Amino acid sequence: MNIEQQDFYTQAILSMAALVGLTSFLMLGQGRLLRLIFVFALQGLLLTLTTTLAAYSLNSPHLYISAMMTLILKVIFIPWMLRRQVVLMNMHRDVEALKNNTAVMLGGAGLMVFSYYVLHPIVQTSSAIMLNALAVSLSVVLLGMLLMISHRQAVAHVVGFMSIENGLFFAAIVATKGMPMVVELGVAFDVLVAAVLFGIFFFHIRTSIDSLDVDRMNRLHEVDQ
Amino acid sequence: MIAAYLVLLIPFAGILFFAFDGHKQETGRLNVRFNAVTLAATVWLAVNVLNNGTILSSGKAFIIDSFNVYLIVLTAFIGLTTAIFSAPYMEHEKELGKLTERRLKLYYSMYQGFMLAMYLVLTTNNMGVMWVAMEGATLATVLLVSLYRTPESIEAAWKYFILCGVGIAQALFGTILLYYAAVQIGDGDNALLWSVLFDNARKLNPEILEIAFVFMLIGYGTKIGLVPLHNWLPDAHSEGPTPMSAVLSGLLLNDALYAVVRNKMLVDGATQGNMAGLLMMGFGMLSFLVAALFLHRQRDIKRLFSYSSIEHMGVMTFAFGMGGPLATFAALLHMTVHSLTKSAIFVTVGHASQLAGTQNMDRIRGLIKTQPRIGWGLLIGTVAIAGFPPFGVFTSEFLVLLATMHSYPWLAPLLLLGIGIAFAGLFRHIQPIVYGEQPEGQLPIKANLWPVMIHLALVLWLGLAIPDFLANWFSQATLLISGSMPL
Repeated sequence: MNIEQQDFYTQAILSMAALVGLTSFLMLGQGRLLRLIFVFALQGLLLTLTTTLAAYSLNSPHLYISAMMTLILKVIFIPWMLRRQVVLMNMHRDVEALKNNTAVMLGGAGLMVFSYYVLHPIVQTSSAIMLNALAVSLSVVLLGMLLMISHRQAVAHVVGFMSIENGLFFAAIVATKGMPMVVELGVAFDVLVAAVLFGIFFFHIRTSIDSLDVDRMNRLHEVDQ
Repeated sequence: MIAAYLVLLIPFAGILFFAFDGHKQETGRLNVRFNAVTLAATVWLAVNVLNNGTILSSGKAFIIDSFNVYLIVLTAFIGLTTAIFSAPYMEHEKELGKLTERRLKLYYSMYQGFMLAMYLVLTTNNMGVMWVAMEGATLATVLLVSLYRTPESIEAAWKYFILCGVGIAQALFGTILLYYAAVQIGDGDNALLWSVLFDNARKLNPEILEIAFVFMLIGYGTKIGLVPLHNWLPDAHSEGPTPMSAVLSGLLLNDALYAVVRNKMLVDGATQGNMAGLLMMGFGMLSFLVAALFLHRQRDIKRLFSYSSIEHMGVMTFAFGMGGPLATFAALLHMTVHSLTKSAIFVTVGHASQLAGTQNMDRIRGLIKTQPRIGWGLLIGTVAIAGFPPFGVFTSEFLVLLATMHSYPWLAPLLLLGIGIAFAGLFRHIQPIVYGEQPEGQLPIKANLWPVMIHLALVLWLGLAIPDFLANWFSQATLLISGSMPL
């Protein structure tokens, strides 16, 4: 089936999936923390739009609440908090030299293909559209992990962590029109608490190693040295 | 049903109470009382289930069946005994100047928060809420791991937070896939309820559920401490306060395994195959062997016993994966005896390291000479956890071995080898600690070893004779999980 033959909602969801995937790649190659946070906020905004669209098209008003929570948490609160940390630590001019940037980007592309491969059995039960949406969500999750592996700054790790959360949320919206309300509220609560805890941790890490470079946290080993 | 609500409400009240009013002298004792009342409520709940069978709350939000009810009682029991241990222990840590009053307040509040999360994981019928509670348990304990604010503890807490957070995100993806499979057979709002899913398991799409289970196993497996996802576990156990290590090892790991088994029951129903079981067996065996080897290379006493926890969780995962009635029965028993023994050991270890002033095993010596009770407690605990008869761990490991010889004979030598390696790994470290010459000037400390004695006595009892009602219970749970009664 061609994309032009789909209804407006499906087409919109597919474009949104493409854009969300794109923002993940943008984050992966970003060495400047402030821009990284900006792209992260952008991804949050795309999620908010997707949710609002789904709420409107599928006529499920509870999704408006989810959209609202995403807007407040992922677009406003968390980026604001991270930005504040970066400015406080005077890191907004630093450019993190990313090692093996090409390899990481290629790895990211590989992960996307892998996501399609893993989720392929889903085609049996529903349309190829669903496969696209779910595979993009899974690759956002995996790209978030890759982001955490390839960056050294704690702020970038938090962005990766939260973008994993974004991927999961996108999957929940497009595949199942959101989770049951109680679960969605619970997840949002967990994300909020996690964000606050990250803020507390930044403070502790700063006072303990005088930097937010997690590579310098290397005191604990698997076996004694 | 009121009992189930009470089990959740009391710890919730505890969080609020300690958050606002948790800085007084007798806070430790109040924490004990909160846990004692919860234990009473869980016993009431257990009696209800024993008399009336499975309880499903109105609205189906909570389910109490034979599988989770004994875990709930076990959770409350270990929560209580650890609270009894933690009251003087934390007071001592404060006197040493390691803690301030505000952090103590945080500690008690989050202790209750952790207990609440554990009860919620166990009682909820909603797979999504189960995930939320599991993540909540991480969030509640992460600040406790870094309670001492040393660079090591902050590193450990950060590792714990990031690894468990990312790991458990995989479980949420699995839950979303499960929900996706469930909405296709209808019933949108109830589609994540375990009881509904279990009844309709045959109708669920097997391929999607298989993918979902892989994600769930990785996600909750991070929390169980399965190799190679275990990196956070020894760090979090060794750097946090000892009562925290006791509840993490005794409760959190069990509950994560509980979540995996609940999901496995659904997947088995849908696929009518053993794909989930084989995955669990592989991960379980790997964890068991790797952790047994790692025991030999440890220097920190709490790290030693956290690797021992990974090893035992490996055995349980392996046994649940094997899936027959005998193996399931053994796994359920092993969950119980391991929790009791391991939390007893961590309590003794806490006293031992306070006595010696260090967690470094090269410098803890002569415990039996300085304070016989701590020395013997540690020795007997280690004997029990290494799987010596007549303790309960022997019984359960023996049953696992029997089941293995029955279904997968070629794996039995590996299992025996692992048990041997683990035994050697534990004793090469513990023997000089308890028997060696005591350093000069090592003085006995004020220690409350009642929790240890009660735990070890229970483990001994379970090794000699499992009381009727408990055996009956395990059989019921086995019937529920594996579909048939044990022998």
